[in-house]
Parts: sequence; C-alpha cells; structure tokens
Amino acid sequence: MSIFEYNGSALVAMVGKNCFAIASDRRLGVQLQTIATDFQRIFKIHDKLFVGLSGLGSDAQTLYQRLVFRHKLYQLREERDMKPETFASLVSAMLYEKRFGPYFVQPVIAGLGEDDKPFICTMDSIGAKELAKDFVVAGTASESLYGACESMFKPDMDHEELFETISQALVSSIDRDCLSGWGGHVYIVTPTEVTERILKGRMD
Amino acid sequence: MECVFGMVGKGFALVVADSSAVNSILVHKSNEDKIMVLDSHKLMGASGEAGDRAQFTEYVQKNVALYQYRNGIPLTTKAAANFMRGELATALRKNPYMVNIVLAGYDRETGPSLYFIDYIATLHKVDKAAFGYGSYFALSMMDHHYHPNMTVDEALKLADQCIDEIRSRLVVAPQNFVIKIVDQDGAREHSWRRTTKD
Repeated sequence: MSIFEYNGSALVAMVGKNCFAIASDRRLGVQLQTIATDFQRIFKIHDKLFVGLSGLGSDAQTLYQRLVFRHKLYQLREERDMKPETFASLVSAMLYEKRFGPYFVQPVIAGLGEDDKPFICTMDSIGAKELAKDFVVAGTASESLYGACESMFKPDMDHEELFETISQALVSSIDRDCLSGWGGHVYIVTPTEVTERILKGRMD
Repeated sequence: MECVFGMVGKGFALVVADSSAVNSILVHKSNEDKIMVLDSHKLMGASGEAGDRAQFTEYVQKNVALYQYRNGIPLTTKAAANFMRGELATALRKNPYMVNIVLAGYDRETGPSLYFIDYIATLHKVDKAAFGYGSYFALSMMDHHYHPNMTVDEALKLADQCIDEIRSRLVVAPQNFVIKIVDQDGAREHSWRRTTKD
C-alpha cells in the first residue's frame, strides 16, 4: 500500500459566484482499521483562506503547524493577511524544499483573493501547482471525485447551490472508497461569512 | 503480542496494557510495566520496540518534569501530547521511535482526556484507543459497549471484557495485564489481571 493511502483521505474544493466551498471526509484510519471518525483535514489560515491537507496524517499535521507559523510571521511583518495566490506559492516552495525527502501530502488551497475573487488550487507532494477555475480534488477518492465533480459542476453557482453540489460530489465519491468516509465536513466561504456543516453518508 | 488500550469515563481516564516482555519465542518477563506515570495527572501507555519504548517514555517523563521545574506549573495533557508528537515527528525521518502511545491525563479545567499517538506521529484526541493485534478485539468491544460518562465500575467491566476477548481470541495472547487510572486525585496503578505469577 502506498504511503499516501496509509491514513485515507478525500478533499475537494469548488468555485462559485463570489464564494468557494472546500470539503473533506472525516475518517482517520491506519490502513484497514478505522481509528477515528472526526478527523480534521481542513484548516483555517485566515477568514478568507482555507487549506486542506490530504495524504499522511502526520505530515499533514506537521505541514499545517509550519504553515500557521509562516503565516503568523507574515502577518506580523506585513500587517495584513496573505493572499491565496501568495499562500499557494509558499506551500509550493515549502514542499519543494523537501524534494528528495518529501512530505507525503497533497494540499488543496481555497481562498478569496483581491476583490473577493475565489481562488482554488491543488499541488502534488513536491509542490507542482495546479490552478483551476472550477474544482480541484485530492486524496484516495480523487478519481471518483474527478468524475463526480465534472458531471455535477456548473459555473457561477450561488452558495446554496454550491453547497448542494459539493456535498453530493463528496458523499457519492467517498461512499465508493473504503479508505475515506464516515461523513463529510463542508465549509462554504462567502465575503461576509463562513458556514461549516457536517454531512452524513455511509457511516462505514 | 503487545497490546495497549484506553478509554475516557466520567471524570477519569483508564489505560490498560499487557505486561509481557518477549524476544522471539521466549518470554523474558511477564510483569513489565508499560504504562509510565509522567507526572501527578498523566499516564502514558506505550507499545512497540522494547528499547525505543523504554528510552522514549523516560525521555518524555524527564522533559515533562523539567517543564514543571522551569515554569512552576505542569504541562496540560494536550501540551504533553503535542510535545510527544513533535519529538516523534522530528525523529521520524532520521531515526524513528517505533513506539505507539496512548496518553491519558486529567486537567482541572478540561477534565479527563485521551490521546492516540502512533509511531508515525499522527496525533488525535479520542474517547477510546487501542494498539497492537489486541486492538482488533478491544476496539470492537469498546465500539459496542462504550458510552460517554461511564463510571469507574462500568469502565473496568468493559476493560475486563476486552481483556477476556484478547485472551480467548488472540493466538499468542499476553499473560498478564496492568490497569492504571487517572482522575482528579491523580494517576495511579489500579490493578492487575494475572494468569501467571511473576
């Protein structure tokens, strides 16, 4: 089994009209055994920037701590929050630093940039950025997620419809993946508020 | 085969570990204490490579004590858990500690808590945790019988059910188990479950 599949994970982010959504599954496993059903994979960097980390749980926790550290330093120096594009470049650089001994994670970054324009991107474990205008996926269920998102996505959805779409795409994909599941965690972010919701899927 | 498990109850947390020290087919001793008392209100049950287990648990215990000497107040359970995770994560890509840990603690402000830390430094706060081949039986028993806010008697009954299941179903089941408990009065050894004398 690949080290990326050791803990099991599923992540997806989607762009809507002046908003974005980022969602993950909730399972923490050790190969075939489930350890917990409330594991947090999506982290808030600031009110308009979220990062999801799929792959090895330990490296996700280490990388998250390092990213929070870097962002706090940035806030102290620049006296403002980091733009999502800048943050994505930071993550990419940090991952490539470990090119020959990488962190086994695949990040998904989602934020509202200048003028509250939604920004999403994903990258591989050594920092190759993949910007997208519609959706990005990561994790053990990524292939299912690609299919589900491609068929369900429409451009310029409002936050209600975006929530429905991303939830359906996530739940239908993780229900077919044995390593991810035990429900979903969805964040809908608009310029004015952040809504966090828990989904119930196949609880296995 | 080594086995450590734990659970949180009403105002306390319980950790149970086997006490066998085995080398291939030989049982060196069957009264090895694998649950280290870190400080007055923390228990650290560890399983894995014997040398790493002894070294790492002692290292953590001494650093927890050092923090208290330097700062005048003890670490919270969460802080101790994160310290352990940090040490395991730093060592992971150099010289990994092959130790899996169940950390139980009682803090005055937050009450009892239990942390799962595996050898790759994955940290998660849980209500019930188990490591080793025995975990397949212990976790299933706990999934069925556990409920939040159990009394000490209920938790001990559940721990006994887990131990019985391990004894009857695991091919090379450990002979003896030690049970330690931590609550507002402190961390202490509770009892043993023996099938053989020392």
